Amino acid sequence: MITFAIGLSIVLLFVILFLLFRIGTLASIFRGSSQRAVGTTRTSNRVNSTLFLLFLILGGAAFVWSFADSWDTMNLPLASVHGEWTDDLFWTTMIVIGVVFVITQILLFIYSFKYQHKDDKRAYYYPHNNKLEIVWTMIPAVVMALLVFGGWKTWTKITSAAPEDAVVIEVMGKQFNWMVRYPGADGQLGVAKHTLIDATNEFGVDFSDPAAKDDFMPMEIHVPKGQPVLFKIRSRDVIHSVFLPHFRVKMDAVPGMPTKFWFVPTKTTDEMRSETGNPDFKYELACTEICGRGHFAMRYILVVDEPEDYQAWLAKQTPFAEQNPEVVAKFSSSSSQKTVAENNTVVTTEEVKSEL
Amino acid sequence: MSSTDISIHTDVHAHEEHDHHHDQNFFEKYIFSQDHKVIAKQFLFAGIFWAFVGGFLSILFRLQLGWPEATFTFLEPILGGWIDNGKLDPEFYLALVTMHGTIMVFFVLTAGLSGTFANFLIPLQIGARDMASGFMNMLSFWIFFLASIVMFWSLFLETGPAGGGWTVYPPLSALPQAIKGSASGMTMWLISMALFIVSQLLAGVNYITTIINLRTKGMSMTKMPLTVWALFFTAILGLLSFPVLFSAALLLIFDRSFGTSFYLSDIYIAGEALTNTGGSPILFQHLFWFLGHPEVYIVILPAFGLVSEVIATNSRKPIFGYRAMIGSMIGIAVLSFVVWAHHMFVTGMNPFLGSVFMFLTLIIAVPSAVKVFNWIATLWRGNIRFSTGMLFAVGFVSLFISGGLTGIILGNSALDIQLHDTYFVVAHFHLVMGAAAFFGMFCGVYHWFPKMFGRMMDEKLGAVHFWFTFISVYLVFMPMHYIGIAGFPRRYYNWTGFETFNIFTDMNTFISLAAIFGFTAQFIFLFNFIYSIFKGRRATENPWHSNTLEWTTPVLPGHGNWPGEIPTVYRWPYDYSKPGAAEDFIPQNVPFSQTQSSNLPSERELE
Repeated sequence: MITFAIGLSIVLLFVILFLLFRIGTLASIFRGSSQRAVGTTRTSNRVNSTLFLLFLILGGAAFVWSFADSWDTMNLPLASVHGEWTDDLFWTTMIVIGVVFVITQILLFIYSFKYQHKDDKRAYYYPHNNKLEIVWTMIPAVVMALLVFGGWKTWTKITSAAPEDAVVIEVMGKQFNWMVRYPGADGQLGVAKHTLIDATNEFGVDFSDPAAKDDFMPMEIHVPKGQPVLFKIRSRDVIHSVFLPHFRVKMDAVPGMPTKFWFVPTKTTDEMRSETGNPDFKYELACTEICGRGHFAMRYILVVDEPEDYQAWLAKQTPFAEQNPEVVAKFSSSSSQKTVAENNTVVTTEEVKSEL
Repeated sequence: MSSTDISIHTDVHAHEEHDHHHDQNFFEKYIFSQDHKVIAKQFLFAGIFWAFVGGFLSILFRLQLGWPEATFTFLEPILGGWIDNGKLDPEFYLALVTMHGTIMVFFVLTAGLSGTFANFLIPLQIGARDMASGFMNMLSFWIFFLASIVMFWSLFLETGPAGGGWTVYPPLSALPQAIKGSASGMTMWLISMALFIVSQLLAGVNYITTIINLRTKGMSMTKMPLTVWALFFTAILGLLSFPVLFSAALLLIFDRSFGTSFYLSDIYIAGEALTNTGGSPILFQHLFWFLGHPEVYIVILPAFGLVSEVIATNSRKPIFGYRAMIGSMIGIAVLSFVVWAHHMFVTGMNPFLGSVFMFLTLIIAVPSAVKVFNWIATLWRGNIRFSTGMLFAVGFVSLFISGGLTGIILGNSALDIQLHDTYFVVAHFHLVMGAAAFFGMFCGVYHWFPKMFGRMMDEKLGAVHFWFTFISVYLVFMPMHYIGIAGFPRRYYNWTGFETFNIFTDMNTFISLAAIFGFTAQFIFLFNFIYSIFKGRRATENPWHSNTLEWTTPVLPGHGNWPGEIPTVYRWPYDYSKPGAAEDFIPQNVPFSQTQSSNLPSERELE
């Protein structure tokens, strides 16, 4: 019964709207305004051009207010060295485009209002002005050149080769979580192959490779503050993307093509907790390349420690090989030599690719 | 003003036969018609249908984003198995965003926009009886129709339509184990797109040939309206870039069905290691964006043309810098082919390549800026008539500025690191090529409706439609910039698991409300459109007092467009408010000898 009542009232609403529309049409015929060329009637022109002016004023005010109101939430706390460069460049560019935005929108709407149709007026025949056109081609060209230069300098610095002493961490995306592997004391990540993956050995690490013996896979990423950190990124199924919003870090994880990104964290998790006033603050890693059902839930935690805390944490970690001797036992010596031999070529090609 | 006339008009005699009407049956006239005007309307109706489908899908996922904790049991009757206890299935959510993108970009803004206006305006504005090949033109629509059926059908598959994003990156789109949408939904997506590309190529060849060969006497290239120029470049872009998408799709079909490894390598999924090696997912991205980037100009160039024409006509002024407008379109068209990799800055592509593409991308801002300045200069000291078409044209310029400027940020590879695949990107492209192209399309529909259907659309309803749409577009997309700057990622079914992103609940609810408001407002347009076809006020031959040739045809032009001889063209299409002229417009077919009082010194010799 209630559905029927709702349906009926919606139908009635439409009938009323339609009647209003008909009355409006008939009234305009009666007034004779339908005899005039469209857009030359006084009311419709005045209403629309005034609305444009109002849109400029009210819309502009709403924009300024909402921008100011969201300022704190849109500026994520920053915790990396290169993030400062990109944030600065971002806001500089924002100011440049903001100026253009304000000028062009104001001119557009002011002209729309000011030059609305009047019966006794005639438009000014003004087909071109070469000087003006050259000027307003050159100005954006110069501004763009400056922005390209700024962007290029920053980009080159960010994508340059990681320092030798960088902490190396492998980050692997899979449906639907992240996994990380540390190289352990020897600083070398053991060879991994997708054909060796099983339920326990999720990285497909080849444990016949001596470098793999001390690799460990923690449940959280820990990195030391103030030291360069190099992420070696890969995926074992579809494309994912490593996104650390607070560090301004993003790089796709591509199956078959290892990628990398290095950065220097500047604030420990504890420092960020006191800065944001949030005692539960955690650095989060998210996926930003559509990867399937669980795309929205690929959350991983990253902790930035003081260097000494980081060393203490490192010391507490046990290698995967020690925790899972049965996995390592599978790699019998004879077959493993073969795989290592095969994998040496794999490693070199990977290195070539990731140096790009 | 001297001009070289290279048009071919030897077939004038053949056309005179068109005066004696040979009877066409219903099918020839309305279904399998070869008349470009009927084909244009077919594209328009199909485009409007698809726009409502695509818009409806976006409302469904906006409900999920706006109220992530709510249950939508009332949707069960239409969504069936895709909604479980009132909760939208996450894979269905991804299918929704995928299909929304595919439908809007290809079926609405490519086929619906350039399909409609290229077909309708090219012959009418250059003074041709019809397209160069009416049959190919008809074929183009019906192959598009077939593509539409396949795509629409895929919405009703049990495993759902394609769900890997409209960019369908493999391996996600190649492996049915990875997502349900990559099962038969993806197969149908690929078939549909292959058909769609065939349709686009048939159409493109036809548009280019028609513009080059069938211009009426006196219609030199530099006397063509900017609409025709824009549609000309659009067709060239489509012809050169769509085959690349076809090859990308073909290789994907091979990978999916025939066990090849073009895009697949080193994959372990669903408990087994695949044997594919040596492929590169990045290859697909290069091929896809080689079309994908020109595609956004295929979408926006026709809108440039329509808007330029409507702004000039309704400001009663010549378009400012006609040659600069053409030059900037050439610049944009050429550059659009060499910027594709700016979609791929963080894919692991060589960083040096990133620098090159950043440089090329930011150059596009220059011709785009020139266009905006020229539109604004055209308004300056005009005598503006706010027809609904003009309202949408002004709205277009505003949206194009707002959306275009953020492109300068996203084209910068260093800044793209943080913003890539966030709502900042969503806001950017929805404003600059989504909403703006829609505004161009509305502008065109309202302006050329009288020539299409012989009746006027209601101006008051049009104005209401414009204001509701204009306001809601800004309400939807402006806040998206804010959450994008904060890093909020795209294509997230739910964000409440992240502390970084769960502070935006109110903002998302607000955006969803604005989107629902905007979508509802489109029904005003739908009503106005259908009602006016049958009951609208009868139009005159030239209701906007416009200069271009289509307004010299009868109110409802028949097959062949002009009952008598095709008019000859003497002047450019923008002689509005010329000093000394009696009226404030001089149509292109008026010879200089009849307008001695207004001729410029350089035009004296043409008298």
